[in-house]
Amino acid sequence: MSHRPGQQPGGRVTSAKIVIAGGFGVGKTTLVGSVSEITPLTTEAIMTSAGVGVDDTRSVPNKTTTTVAMDFGRISIDRDLILYLFGTPGQTRFWFMWDELVRGAIGAVVMVDTRRLADCFAAIDFFEHRKLPYLIAINQFDGQQYHNAQDVRDALAISSDVPVVSCDARNRESTKQVLISLVEYVLSMRRTRTGAPA
Amino acid sequence: MPDREEPTGALVRPYAVTRGRTRPRLEIAIEALVETTVRGRSAGTSGRGGHGREHQHIASLCDGKVQSLAEIAARMRLPLGVARVLIADMAADGLVAVYEPTSFESNDAVGTELLERVLSGLRRL
Repeated sequence: MSHRPGQQPGGRVTSAKIVIAGGFGVGKTTLVGSVSEITPLTTEAIMTSAGVGVDDTRSVPNKTTTTVAMDFGRISIDRDLILYLFGTPGQTRFWFMWDELVRGAIGAVVMVDTRRLADCFAAIDFFEHRKLPYLIAINQFDGQQYHNAQDVRDALAISSDVPVVSCDARNRESTKQVLISLVEYVLSMRRTRTGAPA
Repeated sequence: MPDREEPTGALVRPYAVTRGRTRPRLEIAIEALVETTVRGRSAGTSGRGGHGREHQHIASLCDGKVQSLAEIAARMRLPLGVARVLIADMAADGLVAVYEPTSFESNDAVGTELLERVLSGLRRL
């Protein structure tokens, strides 16, 4: 770490991140793009077979490499605080990247397309296992809602305190509300925890 | 630069930029912020360790404008791991400052204060 003395008189600059998960084509990049101050960027990570934990590479004779791409956006909260929104890699088998994404994250938005509910099961399992707070955001394609929130909650078998909200990922205000709901939820969880015996 | 169309050597070629080193001298989070220091700005073309071009590119990207590791990697079209090694080298040489993110797991008071700032910032958007 190399902080220059006296560089940040008003406190150090810092960042935070929120993870945006969900199945392929559910609208993750659209959601990121609707609030990001930059056009969503794509960053790539390389996985070698040495880094493979769950993938079965026995059928592959040589060391293999896989490139995993993630889209992300940026929101300047204030002069010293930048919030990043990271979309998870489309395929949930790239767990090595998910580990890095959830480390230190505020929480996650799990985007759901009610026509393909099962696409988000792996993400929910992962966040529950990592104890990362998450909420469910039902993306309303074409303004239609195919199921109500309670149906989705029942189908996903999630705890009653996990928020389930509807959104239009293309709409900035709607995306903003999703992020606000997540941060409010995380804050309320922390306050509950603080009130409870350690 | 990695060639996306190239089917073989995808591992070797990106890391040629770091002379094959895949382990950074400093662990840097994907959202950690990087800012060019006065020294980094004045280092110009005399980049040390033979990475002059990449170092110069990073120094100009982060000059007066903090950028995350993810942004630098994306804008330079380098894999995350490669950008991390380069930035860690630059930090060790005092060419950039790296600001690690606040963890939401460790210190409750600091984390809660930051969450409240994020919340009010989002409401202002």
